[in-house]
Amino acid sequence: MAVYKRTYKAFDGALTPGWSRFLILPRSSFGQVTQSKFVMVYLMACFFFPLLCAVFIYISHNVAFLQTFNIPAARLFAIDNKFFEFFCTFQGTMASLLTAFIGPQRVAPDLANNALPLYFCRPFTRAEYVLGKMSLLVYFLSLITWMPGLVVFIIQASLAGWQWTRDNAWILGSLLLGLMLWDLFLSLMALALSAWVKWRIAAGALILGVFFAGAGFGSAVNAIVRTSYGSLLDLRQVISVIWAHLFRDVSATAEISAGAAWGALAGAAAVCLWLLARRIRAFEVAR
Amino acid sequence: MILELDGLGVRFGTREILKDLRVSLSGRAIGLLGPNGAGKSTLIQTLVGFVKPSAGTARVLGHDISRERTQIHALIGYMPEDDSFIANMSAVAFVRMMGELSGLPRETALERAHEALFYVGLGEARYRLLGTYSLGMKQLAKLAQAIVHGPKLLILDEPTNGLDPPARQRMIRLIQEMRDSGEMHLLICSHLLRDVEETCEEVLILKQGRIVHTSNLEQERRANRRFVELEAYGHHHGFADAMTALGCECSPLGLGRFRMVLPEGFDLKEIYRWASGRDVQFRRLNHRRDTLEEIFLKAMEN
Repeated sequence: MAVYKRTYKAFDGALTPGWSRFLILPRSSFGQVTQSKFVMVYLMACFFFPLLCAVFIYISHNVAFLQTFNIPAARLFAIDNKFFEFFCTFQGTMASLLTAFIGPQRVAPDLANNALPLYFCRPFTRAEYVLGKMSLLVYFLSLITWMPGLVVFIIQASLAGWQWTRDNAWILGSLLLGLMLWDLFLSLMALALSAWVKWRIAAGALILGVFFAGAGFGSAVNAIVRTSYGSLLDLRQVISVIWAHLFRDVSATAEISAGAAWGALAGAAAVCLWLLARRIRAFEVAR
Repeated sequence: MILELDGLGVRFGTREILKDLRVSLSGRAIGLLGPNGAGKSTLIQTLVGFVKPSAGTARVLGHDISRERTQIHALIGYMPEDDSFIANMSAVAFVRMMGELSGLPRETALERAHEALFYVGLGEARYRLLGTYSLGMKQLAKLAQAIVHGPKLLILDEPTNGLDPPARQRMIRLIQEMRDSGEMHLLICSHLLRDVEETCEEVLILKQGRIVHTSNLEQERRANRRFVELEAYGHHHGFADAMTALGCECSPLGLGRFRMVLPEGFDLKEIYRWASGRDVQFRRLNHRRDTLEEIFLKAMEN
C-alpha cells in the first residue's frame, strides 16, 4: 500500500451504499469499550447470574443428582414465568449499570469537542448518527440481557421436553420483547442524557440518578400529592410493571397499572427523542 | 457554476443575518471576506446545509441547498472554524472514519487516510491521539479529514486560525497546491486578507449580511498591469509626447515621474527602445497594484 504520496488526488471509485454507513460508528468505537478493563470485568460478572440459572436448571432436571444429595424436587424453584421475570429484573438492573458505564462515552465527547459538524457535512444524517451510536449500546446490552436469556430458555426447553416448550413458548416472546425494549430504552436514554449534559462523568451520574433518585422522587411525590402516579417517575418500577404484565404475573403488586407503565415508558422515550433532536445538531443558533 | 446565490436570506429569530444575496461565482478558489459579524460563517453554514435559508435559495455545484443536501454533502469537504475533533481517537482512525462516512470503502479509506495525513504533514504523528495534538496539528487534521474522500469543492472556514507563521505558510502552500492541482474548487472564508490574496482568484465581500463587492482578483491583477508609474533620469524631454504617439496615455507628474495607461497589447520594450536611443535611464517602473486591502477598504466605505 502506497502511503507516502505527497500529492493530492481525487477519488473516483465506487462508494459504499448509504444505508450501511451507520454501522461504521459502532465498528469504530467497539475497541474503545473493550479496552476498558473495568467494563470487561463487569461484562464477565454480568454472565454469572445466567450461568447460575443454567446450572440450576440442569440440576433441577438431574434426578440422579437430586437423589444423591437427597433434595426433593418440590423444594426447588419452579422454572416458569416468574423465574424468567426474575431473570429479566436481575439482568435488567445489570444492564442499567452497564449503560451508566459505557453510555455517556458515545455522544458526550462528540458534543464537547464540537465534532458533529464533521459528521453532518457528509452524506450522513442525524438519524443515522443516533442509530449508529445506539447500535453499539444495544449490542453490549443484548449481550448480557436477552442473549443469555435465550440460552437459558433453550437449556430449559431442551431438558423439560416438547410439552413444556409448547406450553411456555409465550415466555420466550415476553423475555425477548421485555429485554429488547429495555435495551432500546436504556440506549436511547443514555444518548439523550449525555447529549444534554455534554460531559461524560456528569452523564454517567445522571443515568444512575434517573434510576436511583427517580424512586425516591416518585415516593416523595406520592406522599405529598397523595397519589400513586408519582411512581411513574420511578423507571425501575415502571419496567417491573411492564415485565410483570408481559410475564402474566398476577401476583405482582404495584401502585401503577400496566397501561400507565407502558404510557410512562413511551413518554420517557419521547422526551429522550426530543432531547436528541434538540442537541444532535451540527450548528447551534444563539438567538 | 460553483456557487449561485439567488436572493438568499437567513434569519435567526428576529435577527436578519443574510439579506438578499445574489451572485454567481465560478472561480477555482473563491475567497469570502468581511468584518466580524458580516455573516461569512452563517453563509458557509447555510451552504453546507446546517442552517435553513429563510428566503431565496442557493446552488452549490448546481445542486439546490434545500432540496439536494445529500448530493451536496457527497461533493464537498468541510473544514470548520472551531476546534472539531474526536479526542480519544488517533488521527489515522479519525480520518479513516470520516472517509468511510463519506462513502469510501474500508480499505480505500484507510489508504487515503494515511495519504491525506502525509500530504498535510502529519505523517509522523498519525498514530497519536488527536487530543494530544497542538492547535496547528489539529488544523491540519481537520484539513486531512476534509480532503480524504476527494471532494469537488473544499470549504475552509478560517483555515489559518491560531497558526504560527511557519504553520500558516504550510497551510497556504497546501491550499495553493490543491487549487493548482485542478482536482477541486475551494471556498475560503478568512478575515486575513493576505491569506485570501495568496490563495484566491475571486473574492466575495460581505458587510452586515449583504454583498458589497465581488471581484475577480486575476482580472484585476491583469488590468492593473496596464497602469504604470515610472521615474526617468536624463534627457526625458519629449517622453510624454513620444508615448502618446505610441498610443499610451501619459501624464507627467514632475521631477521625471510619469503616470501612464498602456493600450491593449502594448509591449514595454517600446519604452526601453525609446530610452536607449536618448541616454535616458529609468530608475523605477511600477505596475499599479490594487491590494486586496484597498479593494476591501473601498468595499467597506461603500
